[in-house]
Amino acid sequence: MRIALFITCFNDTLFPRTGQAVVRLLERLGHEVSFPLEQTCCGQMHFNSGYREDAIPLIRRFARVFADEELIVSPSGSCAAMVREHYPRVASELGDASLLAQVESIAARTFELSELLVDRLGVEDVGAYYPHRVTYHPSCHALRMLHVDDKPLRLLRAVRGIELVELPEAQECCGFGGTFAIKNADTSIAMLSDKLRAVLDTKAEVCTAADNSCLMHIGGGLSRQRAGVEAIHLAEILASTEAEPFGVVPSAGGAGSAGGPGAGSPITVTRA
Amino acid sequence: MSAAWPDVPAFPLAAKAALGDAQLRRNLGRATKTIRDKRLTVVEEMPDWEGLREAGRALKERTLRHLDTHLVQLEAAVEAAGGHVHWARDGEECNRIVTALVQATGARDVVKVKSMATVETGLNEALEAAGIEALETDLAELIVQLGRDRPSHILVPAIHRNRAEIRDLFRRTIGPEDLTDEPAVLAEAARRYLRSRFLRATVGISGANFAVAETGTLSVLESEGNGRMCTTLPETLITVCGIEKLVPTWQDLEVFLQLLPRSSTAERMNPYTTLWSGVRDGDGPRAFHLVLLDNGRTGSLADELARQTLACIRCSACLNVCPVYERTGGHAYGSVYPGPIGAILTPQLAGMKQSGSLPFASSLCGACYEVCPVKIDIPTVLVHLRDRSNKERAAASLRGRLDPERLALKAVARGFATRGRYERLQKLGRRAQWPVARKGKIERLPGELGGWTEARDLMPIPDQTFREWWVARR
Repeated sequence: MRIALFITCFNDTLFPRTGQAVVRLLERLGHEVSFPLEQTCCGQMHFNSGYREDAIPLIRRFARVFADEELIVSPSGSCAAMVREHYPRVASELGDASLLAQVESIAARTFELSELLVDRLGVEDVGAYYPHRVTYHPSCHALRMLHVDDKPLRLLRAVRGIELVELPEAQECCGFGGTFAIKNADTSIAMLSDKLRAVLDTKAEVCTAADNSCLMHIGGGLSRQRAGVEAIHLAEILASTEAEPFGVVPSAGGAGSAGGPGAGSPITVTRA
Repeated sequence: MSAAWPDVPAFPLAAKAALGDAQLRRNLGRATKTIRDKRLTVVEEMPDWEGLREAGRALKERTLRHLDTHLVQLEAAVEAAGGHVHWARDGEECNRIVTALVQATGARDVVKVKSMATVETGLNEALEAAGIEALETDLAELIVQLGRDRPSHILVPAIHRNRAEIRDLFRRTIGPEDLTDEPAVLAEAARRYLRSRFLRATVGISGANFAVAETGTLSVLESEGNGRMCTTLPETLITVCGIEKLVPTWQDLEVFLQLLPRSSTAERMNPYTTLWSGVRDGDGPRAFHLVLLDNGRTGSLADELARQTLACIRCSACLNVCPVYERTGGHAYGSVYPGPIGAILTPQLAGMKQSGSLPFASSLCGACYEVCPVKIDIPTVLVHLRDRSNKERAAASLRGRLDPERLALKAVARGFATRGRYERLQKLGRRAQWPVARKGKIERLPGELGGWTEARDLMPIPDQTFREWWVARR
């Protein structure tokens, strides 16, 4: 199947490794990945920060760029939710019937990674190998807007070698919330502090999620505390195999996390 | 007086102070967790909960759409049942009406049922200024009143106090000196204090959970029975009711009487549901006055997206699940309506100038929407009000127009409009980060962005974007 990757501006710029993992994973499963180079940003940051009219040209652009793609996947629950939930509403508020028809059709073809794998491609065991102790944080928009339920967990449970531990109070927000993390930094940090306590209580080496925005937040906190726990996107775990481990391999009790997924150092990805 | 307290600073600042209060954090954390878990149990046992929520939402939506007709119908029904109806444009007019009604009876004190609307209008203070003492009879509201405190939760206004604090307060105010902090002992002390007041009160003041248009019936749902004392013993009963509390028919109560107790106190049924229609010889009050309060509600009604806020039945389930509320408590919201519902209701009632920071007091996690018994899409309304808040700020002053976040986001939006500009911005970001990126991480950012690095590292922008990798790979 041909699958178009909606990388999101955030991952494109800050977490290229996650995109590389998606490509490796989907190609390993026998699919063809395309990447429309004209894509930029879905407009979520503007929309959620209260700059709706600045988001509208980005929404129109997205609708144009992805108009002909059969199947669209994003390694971000939050940006996928923007396309699926908010695009149709904005279009109908604008009273633009042709845009509405376009975004409704796109919304029906857009999936977050775990949804694509489990619902559309019908696969739970993606053949991954990841011999680490991992805990999963269900990011809010994947959980409450997309209703991905336990799909990421089902994928993780099928990973060989993994030791999956349940995160206490998992469904509590980590406190990121986009500009909230800066505008209401104190409250955001208070929320993060409880999330970090929960993550550390699991004694996991890795905290994973379906959104790098939340992982940047959790990972940033873990790094600041020199906790020695990595925040790594679900795609990177699923991309990893015994023959070809993917990305940064955490070492138990190692040095500090380098500040979230993608963390700085350039990495090379072995082509699948 | 409006829904917002003008002496409370913007949310980020008020929250900062509250977050440092360990006692408050502990009191709230425990209380909200307990009620959250209990609610989940009584909601999960309902086979048709989602159907009930949808029914509640649809009923409220339809009612709000025809509110004008229903209100007139309610007025006629209340008057036919022997009651009197008064219309109050704002809090001040409401207080004036109620004060005059009390003065006409000659009473110097009144007993009150817990009511959000009268806290919103500041009725107690207005009555006090007229030399009338208003006694709150709901236990938690009494605790707030005795402590000259403010409510911090819709359902449990004294949720920020633990029982040791309440024991100390009772010792200082209503005695006796040898009180323990056992809940039963504290409740008994309040009961003794209130009982004599109930028996001598000639005027009772209440709010209303629901007003039934077809029958002219008002209702109060409560746990303690003190509300019923106030609505049945005094000769005169005055009810202040927001115009949005209306339901068209008696049968509609069926839905809400199931939704409200499970969502608020996590009970299958609340202990006391009092319903009254006008007056009746030999039973209950001799005179009944209904004051219908607007105070900004028609303004909200005019906003097609935000008007769903008026569907709120004040259960406070959204407060109990909100990760922000759980940590900051209610006072930081600077309003009688705190938490997620307050963050959307208060700015609509009190205006953006006063409460413009509230729509931003959320991480948009959506937990509130998930539990709302009438399915108010709080995150969507929050985002919509952020837009209104930003626009009003920009229109009001040059400083608003030159807000750094606004300028930055506008520049980014323009930059992301074409692939070429977007890719140039990516490269620019990578080059511009050298002053802050040290040894593979960013530990300190300047200006507003410094809020991030107060407690969180950031990784620098990697040397290669995804798209560069993709192109190189082809």
